[in-house]
Amino acid sequence: MSFFLEVLITGLLVGIMYALVALGFALIFKASDVFNMAQGDMSLLAGLALVGFLQIKMPLWLALICTLAVMVILAYVTVFVILRPLVARPPLMLFMATFGLAYLIQGVGQSIWGTDAKGLELGIPDKSFDLGGIFVSSFDLTFAAIAALLLILLVWFFQKTRTGRALRAVSDDHEAALSVGIPLLRAWVVTWIIAGIVAIVAGVAWGTRLGVQFSLSYIALKALPVLIIGGIDSIPGAIIAGLIVGAGENLAEVFMGPYVGGGIQTFFPYLIALVVLYFKPYGLFGKEIIERV
Amino acid sequence: MNEKAEPLLRAENISISFGGLKALDDVSLEIYPGEILAIIGPNGAGKTTMLNVINGFYKQDEGRIIFEGKPRPKNMKSNQVAALGIARTFQNLALFTGMSALANIMVGRTLKMHSNFFSQGIYWGLSQKEEIEHRKAVEWIIDFLQIENIRRTPASMLPYGLRKRVELARALAAEPKLLLLDEPMAGMNLEEKEDIARFILDANEELGYTIALIEHDMGVVMDICDRIVVLDFGKKIGEGTPEEIKANPEVIQAYLGTAE
Repeated sequence: MSFFLEVLITGLLVGIMYALVALGFALIFKASDVFNMAQGDMSLLAGLALVGFLQIKMPLWLALICTLAVMVILAYVTVFVILRPLVARPPLMLFMATFGLAYLIQGVGQSIWGTDAKGLELGIPDKSFDLGGIFVSSFDLTFAAIAALLLILLVWFFQKTRTGRALRAVSDDHEAALSVGIPLLRAWVVTWIIAGIVAIVAGVAWGTRLGVQFSLSYIALKALPVLIIGGIDSIPGAIIAGLIVGAGENLAEVFMGPYVGGGIQTFFPYLIALVVLYFKPYGLFGKEIIERV
Repeated sequence: MNEKAEPLLRAENISISFGGLKALDDVSLEIYPGEILAIIGPNGAGKTTMLNVINGFYKQDEGRIIFEGKPRPKNMKSNQVAALGIARTFQNLALFTGMSALANIMVGRTLKMHSNFFSQGIYWGLSQKEEIEHRKAVEWIIDFLQIENIRRTPASMLPYGLRKRVELARALAAEPKLLLLDEPMAGMNLEEKEDIARFILDANEELGYTIALIEHDMGVVMDICDRIVVLDFGKKIGEGTPEEIKANPEVIQAYLGTAE
């Protein structure tokens, strides 16, 4: 039983980090109806920038601030250069634009920081400790705690603050939001900055674990089933689905893997997503859209 | 209304075309403080286009808008126009469907909230005090429009008539200097129309709002409006008090048809 719990908890801790990546997608989708293909690459950029700043002997706090500045600049450039000419165009066009952004980030990142994998050491101890008979990695626990805190902050921000309300209004109806005096582009900038902050946390967490390398942008692929399960525009959905995927894939790998030869971790989340799609096409918490033909 | 008073808004020689279609052709109109002005005309006459120009969604090709005596820069964005004090409702409803009625109305209050858009995220302290104050004002509007019982209902679940009322509440929450209503009674039954007509009159008489509205129901228009502007095929063909409009042969010809 305690072994089962151990696997479950490890899975849940990883799940929180999946939720974090998925959340970046959900945030931008909520505020601008755009599925942001560059979310994974934003995490990569954050990781690269942080490593870059640390390499020139900046203290960690300063490097983090500079990384944040990079993400803020990225948000402004994205909104004012890439998205502004596309206001009120079909979401598909904005989606394709984020594809371009993804490649742009990869290209610029490569030319500045090179292509080799870099280690990111933040001095967080990675040893397992005993939690009432269950062994948990302190590293996982630290990042899960940071992620959980960020998630709580974001939910509170969107549900309880005025800016959060304004951002939700923008996502519902661009014209109506303008007519009550909400500046659309500034609202988008705020959203992209928040997505950038989420990308920093995700990039640092995964970068410390796997090394900062270009495959980091593929953690976005882990977020995809999470989004499908949770409902693409739902923040609580992203969180719960992240936990389901994290726990599910870990349990499946440990308890079912041996029977089928292992390695089912990579596709098991998609299997869950498929089942969810059968019963809830908009995800567990997604907004059901009834379209008139 | 005192015709000698400075108009609150003056639209001068507005023209706008979409492709080959001239939606508005050299139309001028004034909206005087404290009045209810109706813009009427057959379908496709350019009524909604006029509101969209006034509210900044469309940029006129020619002409200018003078608001409170000052010419408005032509490239002003509609959120900036809203900040000048012009609020509106929409013909086919534009509520934030994912949010409760209360949240919708609170969003309408955006412009009255003084804290900076970025720092608004910081909720505590002063900002929270401000939020409570605005909540009071919003509750007053909810009370005024008698929608207390649907406060917490998501906008998407409200019946049509109540949605229209929430949209009116959202526009009122901005305490605008000029309120534009695009067919506030479209698709309503008689009872709902009477309710809305009463709210519009109360907003005008008790609260002193200046209102410009588009409406097809001539009975209501004649009853509640001080002045009427008639558009047909993008041109202004008549202007005056309800009595004058009723007697205007050109209007009868173009708009009311030949009957009566």
